[in-house]
Amino acid sequence: MGLDVKKIYNGSTKGSLLVAVVLLVLPLVFSTNNYLLSTMIMIGFYTIVSTGLTLLMGYAGQISLGQAAFYGIGAYTSAYFTTHFGLSPWLAMIAGAVLAAMVAFVIGIPAFRLREHYLALATLGFGVIVFTFFKEWKEITGGLNGFFGIPPIRLFGITIQTDFQFYYLVWVFALAGILFARNIVRSRVGRALLSIHGSEVAANSLGVNITKYKLQMFMISAVYASIAGSLYAHYVTFINPQLFEMITSIYFLIMVVIGGNGSIWGGLIGATVYVCLGELLKEIVPLFIPNASGEFEIVFFGILLVMMLIYMPNGLSHSISKIVKRLLPDWRRKNESMLVSENENAGSVGGERL
Amino acid sequence: MKENVLLQVHQLSKSFGGVHAIQGVSFHVHAREIVAVIGPNGAGKTTLFNVITGILRPTSGSIVFKGVSVVGKKPFQLAQLGMTRTFQNLQVFENMTVIENVMVGLHTRLKTGIFSAGFRLPRVSKEEKQALEQAFACLRQVGIEHLAFEKADILPYGMQRLVELARAAASNPSLILLDEPMAGLNPQESNKLVEVLLEMRSNGMTFLFVEHDMETVMSIADRIIVLDYGKKIAEGSPEEIAQHPDVIKAYLGEEEVI
Repeated sequence: MGLDVKKIYNGSTKGSLLVAVVLLVLPLVFSTNNYLLSTMIMIGFYTIVSTGLTLLMGYAGQISLGQAAFYGIGAYTSAYFTTHFGLSPWLAMIAGAVLAAMVAFVIGIPAFRLREHYLALATLGFGVIVFTFFKEWKEITGGLNGFFGIPPIRLFGITIQTDFQFYYLVWVFALAGILFARNIVRSRVGRALLSIHGSEVAANSLGVNITKYKLQMFMISAVYASIAGSLYAHYVTFINPQLFEMITSIYFLIMVVIGGNGSIWGGLIGATVYVCLGELLKEIVPLFIPNASGEFEIVFFGILLVMMLIYMPNGLSHSISKIVKRLLPDWRRKNESMLVSENENAGSVGGERL
Repeated sequence: MKENVLLQVHQLSKSFGGVHAIQGVSFHVHAREIVAVIGPNGAGKTTLFNVITGILRPTSGSIVFKGVSVVGKKPFQLAQLGMTRTFQNLQVFENMTVIENVMVGLHTRLKTGIFSAGFRLPRVSKEEKQALEQAFACLRQVGIEHLAFEKADILPYGMQRLVELARAAASNPSLILLDEPMAGLNPQESNKLVEVLLEMRSNGMTFLFVEHDMETVMSIADRIIVLDYGKKIAEGSPEEIAQHPDVIKAYLGEEEVI
């Protein structure tokens, strides 16, 4: 009967490979277009954060409104350790990730004792507290003046400075992050997470430690955000607290909602759409409203969030996968014939059917 | 057989405020036994189940499973000890395929954690393959392997019950509690389920179940425990219960059973 794990999880890796190849070839084609490269680098940072958040929201069913704080923890830890102690950026990045995971653990323990969306509230408060820390703890963060002179990352003796180089660094991280998340989802852990969505009481009675998995996903999402923050710090070499305000957390949330939290590609799609729309708005809005400030972005994305939740609650990744399936009838037919043979097989074994 | 007590419930009580849902209930279940709990509506059967499986905490009394006191243990910890359950109102994971449902049932048997999964260590792939094969074998045992790769929510009700049973049995637990397993099944489906239960028992499984369908109870239970107003009013073989005057009075009315 040829049992294969691939039968459960759509085994085709073609689509994923195609995305990876396109992403890795893109800068070779547009190597002189710095605007495109820097935009893509931003998408890369956000992809890392929102992929982690997708694991938390889509698979563990919890909402965090404090991802920007973890993003900031990564950025400031990297900045501080590399600048003041001359620590290797890689070690500093690991330090940031460990710190973020520990902080998530400390917040998560009490938050997950309570049900529903308590985590959302807890992380909301946490985000505000961390922002205040960044702003006021001037000896370490430089306060509102910001943190200057963060050294660049070095890899194999090469200093990664140009956008072209950084593009690869970020996207290798982003794709590895997506792969890591995908591996988690397609395993015992992923099934446990899905089962919690399906029925908490049944999952519990089958031995799934719900609190543990929610907590683990929260910690993982914090690590993703922290790593993205570390990379970001080395990219821009200057950070200030405003970058990690609550509104950033909300933008991360919006990315996940746009991308859709049922797919591991949701983070990438959401980050791409968010950044592209943001750039587009910057071009278009001044044409209509000459004196518009940055606030219009909040209004626009707020409306978009509400529209998405009403009309497309599963996000774009869901719609895209539907379209792909419709465009590839070949793929569908193959699957259907597989099911038919499965059924015939069962009939002969004596499986009872209604 | 007497020494082989799997579950020992002693003087178990549960009150909700002033309502005494169960009061001083004691009984035991031997390994490889099929024990039925019956009683009129509101007799406390479901509460008893929820207390034993750790969903509710008893007000007083003790529950010993495999020689370990399990009062205060959470359901997932009980599952790790080898006790699981099915639900009266089906709790199939509708967001998954049938085989994935059963693979969740194997949760306690598998080891993969977030890091080994995330880095896809070689042993994870091996474990996944084994899990798939085991889950498929479980589905074959209940006779629905042809539905393995269907989404669970499209299955008819009777099939979903079998999915739940296969899922509960997947980890090869010592004890499965079944909450009204026959509810909503047509005669063929209940026959099928009875068949499956008896087969699982012959493979070494123990069942404690709540049921309204007296025909099933009488045909498969080794022993019957009767609850009324939260108290145990009788216990014995199906024949004894059928003739027990208190049972007839409290539960079966004035008529003779069967």
